Amino acid sequence: MKKLISAPYLVWMAVFVVVPLIMVAYFAFFANGHFTLDYVANVSQYANIFIRSIWLAAIATVICLIISYPVAVILTEADANYQGTLLMIVMLPMWMNFLLRTYAWMTILGNNGILNQLFGLFGLGPFKLLNTRGAVVLGMVYNYLPFMLLPIYNVMAKIDRSVLEAAQDLGCNRGRVIAKVVFPLSLPGVMSGITMVFVPAISTFIISRMLGGGGNLLIGDLIEMQFLGNSYNPNLGAAISLVLMIIVLLIMTLMNQFDADDRPLI
Amino acid sequence: MKKNIISLKNICVSFDGERILDNINLDIRDKEFVTLLGPSGCGKTTMLRVIGGFLTPDSGAVQFEERDIKAVPPHKRNVNTVFQRYALFPHLNVYDNIAFGLKVKKLPENEINRKVKEMLALVNLSGFEKRSVNRLSGGQQQRVAIARALVNEPKILLLDEPLGALDLKLRKEMQIELKRMQQRLEITFIYVTHDQEEALTMSDTVVVMNNGVIQQIGSPVDIYNEPKNAFVADFIGESNILDGLMVRDRLVTISGKTFVCVDYGFGENTPVDVVIRPEDITIIPPDGEHIAGVVKSVTFKGVHYEMLIEAYDHDWLVHSTKASAVDRTVGLSFGPDDIHIMRKTEG
Ligand SMILES: Nc1ncnc2c1ncn2[C@@H]1O[C@H](COP(=O)(O)OP(=O)(O)O)[C@@H](O)[C@H]1O
Ligand SMILES: [Mg+2]
Repeated sequence: MKKLISAPYLVWMAVFVVVPLIMVAYFAFFANGHFTLDYVANVSQYANIFIRSIWLAAIATVICLIISYPVAVILTEADANYQGTLLMIVMLPMWMNFLLRTYAWMTILGNNGILNQLFGLFGLGPFKLLNTRGAVVLGMVYNYLPFMLLPIYNVMAKIDRSVLEAAQDLGCNRGRVIAKVVFPLSLPGVMSGITMVFVPAISTFIISRMLGGGGNLLIGDLIEMQFLGNSYNPNLGAAISLVLMIIVLLIMTLMNQFDADDRPLI
Repeated sequence: MKKNIISLKNICVSFDGERILDNINLDIRDKEFVTLLGPSGCGKTTMLRVIGGFLTPDSGAVQFEERDIKAVPPHKRNVNTVFQRYALFPHLNVYDNIAFGLKVKKLPENEINRKVKEMLALVNLSGFEKRSVNRLSGGQQQRVAIARALVNEPKILLLDEPLGALDLKLRKEMQIELKRMQQRLEITFIYVTHDQEEALTMSDTVVVMNNGVIQQIGSPVDIYNEPKNAFVADFIGESNILDGLMVRDRLVTISGKTFVCVDYGFGENTPVDVVIRPEDITIIPPDGEHIAGVVKSVTFKGVHYEMLIEAYDHDWLVHSTKASAVDRTVGLSFGPDDIHIMRKTEG
């Protein structure tokens, strides 16, 4: 009976997860039916792009965390009747199309954009804001912030209020309650937030293309070029994807290791 | 006479326009074991939250040793709480849960270690230091919660239905254990329960509450023998509560018959509540003088038989060591001392 119920799910997994993975691996190691390590070896040429992608995605993830955590604390401390409304206000920009949102930043950051016009009023600038790494990080933070905030908020909202009162009862002021109880209990949310921001950020190609100009290519751009661009090379594209996947898996395993350090999280 | 450690003065609390605590006045003396007793939802937890500082009352004052502490936040009050559902820290093991308060106070490591070990022995959990609190039984979690609060040696310990989740045998053991700890450590206990037997066995003073109003404050013996109104009488043990008419001082009419009693000061021809405990009634052959009724049921309760006897306007509950036959007509005998007269409560 149980097997029957899970059957559609297993079929779905097989068709849309396992098969594509096998295909990626196949293209990475086989060209014209022959096994080769050339493509995987070639990936090392793009080490600088890998490092840049990891670096920018990591910065964006950290900024998302720094912004989201206090916001989540404030949200959970707010009157229960307003929490929904507050959350909606935070999420509102997400209802706009992803491309549109990113285009908007182009017009804000451009040389003749709103910000530079504003600086111009004070006789400053124009500054080069668009087509910089900073702009790429900004785009990542702006687009992926909710993916950090939501899991943290969800975990935090589920913490039993009486546990926080117990901490107060035992001598903790507000700051210590957060440090000694809220933070350790919210770690699962932080961990999934980090994953949900870092993974799309490291593989994005639209944000870097639109806000980073030509000089700030990320892995996502590189992969896209192998499949759709003029440097058409699906084998190399598959090899890069595979390496990226392994790097992400390694980083996530490392994070979880550090998280599972001394205590079982419930 | 010991001095008051906590005084509540005219405390009122409302939630959503509903009165939860209604003009509460209560003095608690140092080292006293006080129990707040009342049905679920009557405001017991709310009262503890006011004392602990988690809830600011709408009006009234909370005094600690005669000083107003309304502005003192919970973490600065010399009060610790055993919460209703324990509220243990799920991310910490047994040792760290108990050591929590001492670590916050930055006590030296070896002193923390000594005190926690002592506490663990006291609550019979030695050897459980490293155990995750999520893998403890209800009774063990209970004892961790008590140890976590007691280890801080507070002046006052608030306990919110701490034995609620335990089975009868363990509950009895813990009642004795808690009472012993309270006497040995000389801490004021403010204990919440809805179990009248628990309240009567453990307390120096019982505070009976209903609907946010204190019904009666007194020693367990006073509360049992001299309930102030029908609610207290009914809540403390099983009772027959009847409509009566106070003819004049020391004379009352129940079920159409007039009895001599010991109460006075109710005026003449005043409707009153009359309480007679089931164990104070003796079954006699019907004689026309006493109230008579038909035995409807007899249940063996171990020490006594519980009988339901139908008289013409009331079903009487009678406890007796001798069983009567069902359907037999019997007389109900009780003395003047056994009749408790109470003013009718409004509403
Ligand atoms: N924070 C709150 N908001 C609204 N109503 C509450 C709140 N806390 C308690 N109440 C209400 O107050 C009443 C008394 O609650 P409580 O003090 O917990 O009762 P007890 O502990 O005696 O069972 C209940 O009707 C409960 O629903
Ligand atoms: Mg309660």
